Amino acid sequence: MSQPHSHSNGGVGLVVRGLRKSFDGQEVLQGIDFTVQPGEIFVIMGPSGSGKSVLLKHLIGLEEPDAGEILINGEPITTPEIAAKYRMALVFQSGALLNSLTVGENVGLYLTEHRLKPAAEIEAIVAEKLDDVGLKDAMDKMPSELSGGMKKRAAIARALVIEPQLILYDEPTSELDPVSSVVIGNEILDLKRRIGVTSLVVSHDRDLAFGVADRIAVIAEGKILVVGTPDEVKNFNHPLVQGFLRAEFKREK
Amino acid sequence: MFDSIGEVILLFWRTLLALPHAWRQRQKVFEQFFEIGNASLLMVCVLSFFIGAVIALQTGPVLVERSLASAVGGVVGIAIAKELAPVMMAILIAGRIGSAMAAEIGSMRVYQEIDALRTMNINPIHYLVLPRILAIALALPLLVVFAILVGWFGGAVVANFNHLMEIPFRAFFADLQNIVELKDVGNGVFKSFCFALIIGAVSCHQGLTTIGGPRGIGRSVTKAVVNSIVLIVIFDYLLTRFLLK
Repeated sequence: MSQPHSHSNGGVGLVVRGLRKSFDGQEVLQGIDFTVQPGEIFVIMGPSGSGKSVLLKHLIGLEEPDAGEILINGEPITTPEIAAKYRMALVFQSGALLNSLTVGENVGLYLTEHRLKPAAEIEAIVAEKLDDVGLKDAMDKMPSELSGGMKKRAAIARALVIEPQLILYDEPTSELDPVSSVVIGNEILDLKRRIGVTSLVVSHDRDLAFGVADRIAVIAEGKILVVGTPDEVKNFNHPLVQGFLRAEFKREK
Repeated sequence: MFDSIGEVILLFWRTLLALPHAWRQRQKVFEQFFEIGNASLLMVCVLSFFIGAVIALQTGPVLVERSLASAVGGVVGIAIAKELAPVMMAILIAGRIGSAMAAEIGSMRVYQEIDALRTMNINPIHYLVLPRILAIALALPLLVVFAILVGWFGGAVVANFNHLMEIPFRAFFADLQNIVELKDVGNGVFKSFCFALIIGAVSCHQGLTTIGGPRGIGRSVTKAVVNSIVLIVIFDYLLTRFLLK
């Protein structure tokens, strides 16, 4: 979604209005509305199959909505110039690193393919971004040699190279152990502190959501049930929301 | 197969429009080119030698029996250059390289690598399709030239050593030279260029439209090979009938 490599930082605002999408007659998104402030960490929570990932694909332009609109700093995402004007990155659930390239090549791919910097400078930037996510020694490794957590951190480094104003995370802690989840969560907080990027995190990880979010939206069956601060969401009296937030094992004593 | 012909043509058209980016992708073109060459050269050599040999074996004794020994070189030469080398090599490359293209791109599609490229504003056609189609369009005609030469040699060996023919090498190649013209070889090479475009476009399209997991990749690979071969055979007739009479 991003094009020129300028250095104007600071997050962008995001508005989603009346977003609808159906696949084969099944309405996956049934009129989604929310606003994300510049520099905010906004977490969208919801059970599997609630439409979270589909929503994320709309926000980065990988899917087109049947109805509704998405505005970046007040401009529709469908505007041709939007990609040139604002820098956005998506950290995929699987990392989606290119398996045929080394980690370093993956992280530098955006700069290499768009020829934005000389090779030596790209190498320095890649080393810096990998260092930022604690993967300094993984530059020459292949993605297949990395653990799940390392792949996600490499994917974050690849997103950072774009110097994004909006980062979207798709289930950043799925398949990770608790320690790696905390590392990723801290990374999201650290990026907000350092570069003021707007972060939109899609997750069903309650610990991550309540640990990093400025505001949380809970989505179920293609609709947003509640939007608010972590405390507001925690106290929101709705059976689906409370069922999701308080789900636990019933073990006989 | 025919329901996706329109999409294949569209992909091919978009690849043509991306040609001005070819120089920027030259590194990938060379990588693909050498991969095709390395993966196929030995197979091309074995296949074309024995195709030449069997054509000589099938036609030679019949022609010699009818006092047409001087036609053996020409028959083998024409059959190999105009028909068998381009078609057989295209089928071989569809199986060997088309399947690999569909599998690699299909796996990238399934594991969201192509989505990742798009989020970085990297056009998958420029990055994945263009280098592969260019590489195969360069490599297949060269392999066919090689296959023609090896096929002729295979025919000459059998014509020389088979007791029903015993046509000396020198006579075989003199006869071949009398009958086969440079344009016959050119026809074969041109056909192979067209077949290469078919294999590249069909295989990349199958890869890009892969859905599902490993089973989806397997389905795409099978469809890429089968559709390529069917189209090669159809276009072989059409090219021979209308363009290369």
